[in-house]
Amino acid sequence: MLQSPAVRAGLTLAAATGVYGVSFGALATTAGLGVLQAQALSALMFTGGSQFAFIGVVAGGGSGAAATAAAALLGLRNAVYAVQMNALLAPRGLLHKVAHAQVTIDESVALASAQTDPDERRRGFWAAGAGIFVLWNLSTLLGSLLGNALGDPRAWGLDGAAVAAFLGLLWPRLRGRDPVAVAVVCVLVTVVAVPWLPPGLPILLAAAVAVVMHVVLVRRRSR
Amino acid sequence: MNLWAWVLVACVTAFATKLVGWLLPAEKLQRPWLLQAAGTLTVGLLASLTVMNAVAAGQELRPDARLLALAAAAVALLLRAPFLVVVLAGAVAAALGRLLGLP
Repeated sequence: MLQSPAVRAGLTLAAATGVYGVSFGALATTAGLGVLQAQALSALMFTGGSQFAFIGVVAGGGSGAAATAAAALLGLRNAVYAVQMNALLAPRGLLHKVAHAQVTIDESVALASAQTDPDERRRGFWAAGAGIFVLWNLSTLLGSLLGNALGDPRAWGLDGAAVAAFLGLLWPRLRGRDPVAVAVVCVLVTVVAVPWLPPGLPILLAAAVAVVMHVVLVRRRSR
Repeated sequence: MNLWAWVLVACVTAFATKLVGWLLPAEKLQRPWLLQAAGTLTVGLLASLTVMNAVAAGQELRPDARLLALAAAAVALLLRAPFLVVVLAGAVAAALGRLLGLP
């Protein structure tokens, strides 16, 4: 197994991304979640962007419903990933599909898509998916225990860590003019909406604006 | 509903979203525009989450040490630092700002 380049790449990716589960766990408990709630998100939700969104909304005073809506919208891309992966890996049977679904995340899909050999594709998908699942959950636990022990999260700059985490998730997606334009407009919409809407809703408004911008940008390009 | 209930609803929703993609007939949804639309939505959400966490406090705009964290993270990303270093840079910048008396 370790002879396979895709497996080695997957495990390297798991080591790198698994580590930032520590920051997720610490931020989750300082946002007001319990250790078990943070762990439930990492084990069951298992999609980093949505998990950070959920605790980000809760930390900002948003309702559970707004946090759930933000997490659900951010998770929509996973359905699109799954369609792509289903075409490439074609697992048979419901249980098999359920297992694949649980580890359908940015990293496993990116690694599998980068392979040309079908067997390597499958190995890469599972090495990254399962490897990250294990490390992400272990590091979440470590982080949430640490977060609980730290005391005042602001004195440690943990609210700043959350800001940095979101920017770090956004950054690699800012390739080209259109994503930058969408990001800038959504930032402005959020800042203007914060004083007027209950916490959490400005994010959903920004999501709606992003979709409208997407339609407009695609139309303009096709002309 | 309490927070536990929402945590579980959000988890079930996230898993169901993934599973739907594996159960749908592949040829129906294999459209490039769908992937692009999902990508744009993700950019918009992450941009909004970034700025909300940087300046919002409930329904108020409250600039404070978190802006230092935003700047430090941007510098770290420009220097191609790995994710964990970016997060640590944000924490250190905000903590230093507070040590120096910023709110």
